[in-house]
Amino acid sequence: MGKIERISGPLVVAKEMLGSSMYDVVRVGTAKLIGEIIKLEGEKAVIQVYEDTSGVRPGETVISTGKPLSVELGPGILSQIFDGVQRPLDLIKAKSGTFIKRGSEVSAVDRRKKWQFHADKKATKGTRVSEGTILGYVEETPLIKHYIMVPQGVSGKIQSIKAGKFSVEETIAVVRTARGLAKISMLQRRPVRQASKYAEKIAAEVPLITGQRIIDTLFPVAKGGTAGIPGPFGSGKTVMQQSLAKYSDANIVVYVGCGERGNEMTDVLTEFPELTDPTTGRPLMERTVLIANTSNMPVAAREASIYTGITIAEYFRDMGYNVALMADSTSRWAEAMREISTRLEEMPGEEGYPAYLPKRVAEFYERAGRVKTLGGGMGSVTVVGAVSPPGGDLSEPVSQSTLRVVKTFWALDAALASSRHFPAINWLTSYSLYTLALQKWYDDNIGEDFTANRTKAQALLQKEAELKDIVQLVGEDALPDTERALLSVGRMIRESFLRQSAFDPVDAFTSLKKQNLMLGTMLRFGDKAREAAEKGVSAENSMGLEVVKKISRMKELAEDKVDDESKKINEEIDSQFKKLIAEHGLEEEEVKA
Amino acid sequence: MKLETEYRTIGKVSGPLLVVNAVKNAGYGEITRIRLESGEERLGQVIESADTYAIVQVFGPTSGISIKSTSVSFIGETFKLGVGEEMLGRVFDGQGRPKDTKAAFAVEKERDINGEPMNPVARRMPSDFIQTGVSSIDGLMTLVRGQKLPIFSSSGLPHNRLAAQIARQARVLGSSESFAVVFAGIGITYDDASFFIDNFRRTGALKRTVAFMNLADDPSIERILTPRLALTTAEFLAYDKGMHVLVMLTDMTNYAEALRELASAREEVPGRRGYPGYMYTDLASIYERAGIAEGRKGSITQLNIVTMPGDDVTHPIPDLTGYITEGQIFMSRELNNKGLYPPVNPLGSLSRLMNNGIGEGKTREDHRGVADQLYGAYARAQESRNLSAIIGVEALSEADRLYLKFGDAFESKFLKQGEYEDRSIEKTLDIGWELLSDLPENELTRIKREHIERHHLKYRGTRKTEGAKEEVEKKTGEEKKAEKKAKEGEKEAKKGEKAHRGKGRK
Repeated sequence: MGKIERISGPLVVAKEMLGSSMYDVVRVGTAKLIGEIIKLEGEKAVIQVYEDTSGVRPGETVISTGKPLSVELGPGILSQIFDGVQRPLDLIKAKSGTFIKRGSEVSAVDRRKKWQFHADKKATKGTRVSEGTILGYVEETPLIKHYIMVPQGVSGKIQSIKAGKFSVEETIAVVRTARGLAKISMLQRRPVRQASKYAEKIAAEVPLITGQRIIDTLFPVAKGGTAGIPGPFGSGKTVMQQSLAKYSDANIVVYVGCGERGNEMTDVLTEFPELTDPTTGRPLMERTVLIANTSNMPVAAREASIYTGITIAEYFRDMGYNVALMADSTSRWAEAMREISTRLEEMPGEEGYPAYLPKRVAEFYERAGRVKTLGGGMGSVTVVGAVSPPGGDLSEPVSQSTLRVVKTFWALDAALASSRHFPAINWLTSYSLYTLALQKWYDDNIGEDFTANRTKAQALLQKEAELKDIVQLVGEDALPDTERALLSVGRMIRESFLRQSAFDPVDAFTSLKKQNLMLGTMLRFGDKAREAAEKGVSAENSMGLEVVKKISRMKELAEDKVDDESKKINEEIDSQFKKLIAEHGLEEEEVKA
Repeated sequence: MKLETEYRTIGKVSGPLLVVNAVKNAGYGEITRIRLESGEERLGQVIESADTYAIVQVFGPTSGISIKSTSVSFIGETFKLGVGEEMLGRVFDGQGRPKDTKAAFAVEKERDINGEPMNPVARRMPSDFIQTGVSSIDGLMTLVRGQKLPIFSSSGLPHNRLAAQIARQARVLGSSESFAVVFAGIGITYDDASFFIDNFRRTGALKRTVAFMNLADDPSIERILTPRLALTTAEFLAYDKGMHVLVMLTDMTNYAEALRELASAREEVPGRRGYPGYMYTDLASIYERAGIAEGRKGSITQLNIVTMPGDDVTHPIPDLTGYITEGQIFMSRELNNKGLYPPVNPLGSLSRLMNNGIGEGKTREDHRGVADQLYGAYARAQESRNLSAIIGVEALSEADRLYLKFGDAFESKFLKQGEYEDRSIEKTLDIGWELLSDLPENELTRIKREHIERHHLKYRGTRKTEGAKEEVEKKTGEEKKAEKKAKEGEKEAKKGEKAHRGKGRK
């Protein structure tokens, strides 16, 4: 037990703290604010406090809990919304009303609720188990089985195990270990700043399907991969993150709202329970964990929220699930780090950020991955981090540290956003390093034309951009018909394929199959238009064909009709061009001449 | 009652900060009274507290403070503001003291001015459309109740006039709930301050208004307090009294500059352009106080003004603001130079909550499509303009020429409107259709087919029945009335201006 010596914002220095260790959680002052030791100096400890320190006085006591900052894991955490240090916000609301009062002590996981525990068939008396072995499961939501695993540091033979209704703290199994009997309940704790263990990392080879055309087709991210979304304000980062949270085919989604708007979290909270999982028809909330530390909530808890999120993600990964973690925005997390560092009077690095920023960013993204779990299953954590560069300038430290570690880069573009082209992902500067690793999967599951279509579309868009530069100088009329046709097809792909409305019920999600059919159709049209142009048909005539309207409205087609319709459209393309060339095309000799 | 100890132990005065020695246990954020030899009292706040000293930030000038004879006492509490319904109709200074008369008002509650963060679980999603009567805003960057939507402007642009027009015209359709305006002038000139007050007085809004005025020559450190006082009052009126409060903080740039001044006085490591690294958090603690709470009647909508230094939207103040607020209304110098009022440029503007407040049952089912199409077409028109500047109008393709024409019509018919012209949302959308109907129909890819068939002039023309004609006639009648009203308003405004000038001369 120590005493407060100095208070400056979220930073408190306490003396007489000998015996406490780094990153221990402490309770500060008479208000019992939650804090964490971030520096030790002789008998003094520097503490970052996760709550507002107004009114705290020197001389008040500081009590160390002797434990590092941890999260509680067990049935009951799905469909919850927590603050940055894993306190359920609805319990805080029940306790203190509309506004968040300080020093609220609420536990992350409900202690009273009883869950039906089903023991695993293989987990019987005498079975050897070790950390991560699955003992059984609880059907936490109709969507998700919550597997109960042997916690950290326990290995031995099962002495007893019983199925039935239990609360999270009751013993469900006893394991005979080298050091005696260990009682196992459904609740476990994991320190947040430490990556959870796994058997081995495995290369990514399956895409995370998001239903977003520009992502899935052009710049995919693998399950277990990492992606960064940097963009200026108003470029649609949050809408993108939310679309990914809604439509990606992950089993579990952990959404961390880090230092963002309160109304955005409310939006997620009101929308997710109404949205249904495309495959099961159950509310999306049943597979989601939300962590909300809005911009007006205490800054130190913002720093912790990212770690709280990834630790929960790893927990579900260890059960064998594919987990997607969305962090919006990692810049706020970095800024929280900067604020604490400034108060510690550490020597600043670039733009006032601490010199260890790149290391922390890299460590965080390194916790993503596809792994063989300790329990023998396969699981993955995919991390998608939004970055909010000041003034949209990507040369700033947070963007740069992020770009060095992520393998997919979705460059949000202010110019696209201001012409309401959403998602405002720039198709020329974005990249994905997963396309090669994923090719086999596409070949096997979608079709071999998928990768070919992507390559072709990207080349076409690149060419279009070059031509647009020329048009800026000489006007479109000065270009030959073949190039004008290419410009038109480029516009068609941009407007009708890459643009996608997150708010339109049909357009918001497009299956990979439909994406491939759409792009294939547009490219086929492009080939035909080029052919026609070579035969002397003007670009205006090609674009004036009846079928163009149908192509540009393909995105409105329902998933079950898209096969038949696209076949029809492709036939129409062929027949209409045939007719067009017959009417307007030049004779072969003329072409040659 | 707690006994206040007076300390005569000031060790250092530096900028707005005092280091007071031998203070045992000052609370962080505690308010202090600083007593000068002359008997004058100033307020201060503890910004760092240790077991041997406290650093106090003075709200007000430090002139007259002496190490020898000035005393500091700690009142044991953080800054609290006494609030009450009788504050409506009153004007206060930047520290919350009545400025108009010395008359006291009935204090109903004492509130910490820093407020408490609203639990995201307890928020209700803003979704009530606020009709401002300004086409560019209602049509393209719709304001909803509980939103924070700042005006990004620059010096020399008519942001004050636009803000006043919105305050005058804003209403929620079909609702007659009680409303209030809380206005905070932060470091603004006397002229600007009286422009707003006159405006509120003329329209009769003053009795529903609480104003806090920190003028340009008032102490800059006081500016840290002013917006918080305003918001504390607003929260009381909204959540205790069930009013719908429109908060206008102007100018947030002055606030941020005061914050920088304070940070540099504290010798903190500066972030971008000398602004403190925690400016995002600090601004958020102001902007995030907009919203609607579940289970309570009122709401707080923020319409703040941020002037962009050097017209630069990437400057830290507008930049961080944009990351926190739910969009922005972007004023453009270029449009202003064309003589266009209000010079709102839709391309830089955005309302993030627009989708919640528009559509069938709220505005009209075609609103989203029309807005997207207008945005897209205007963006395309800009491309055509750039192109024509290089290669000349003659060399443009037919499509580009069409868009060029569209751009001009859009500016003169849609964006431009009178300062006293209050357009209904139907009128705004109809003007939109009028403009869009001049474009080839297959360009209208952002609007649903059924909406095109219902609203496009081509289809409306052929479908016009007797009933529709009557409706049209009725509308023109209404429009005439509105025009008449607008003219009257302008006359009034001129009168007001004259009166104001007269006062100035006296």
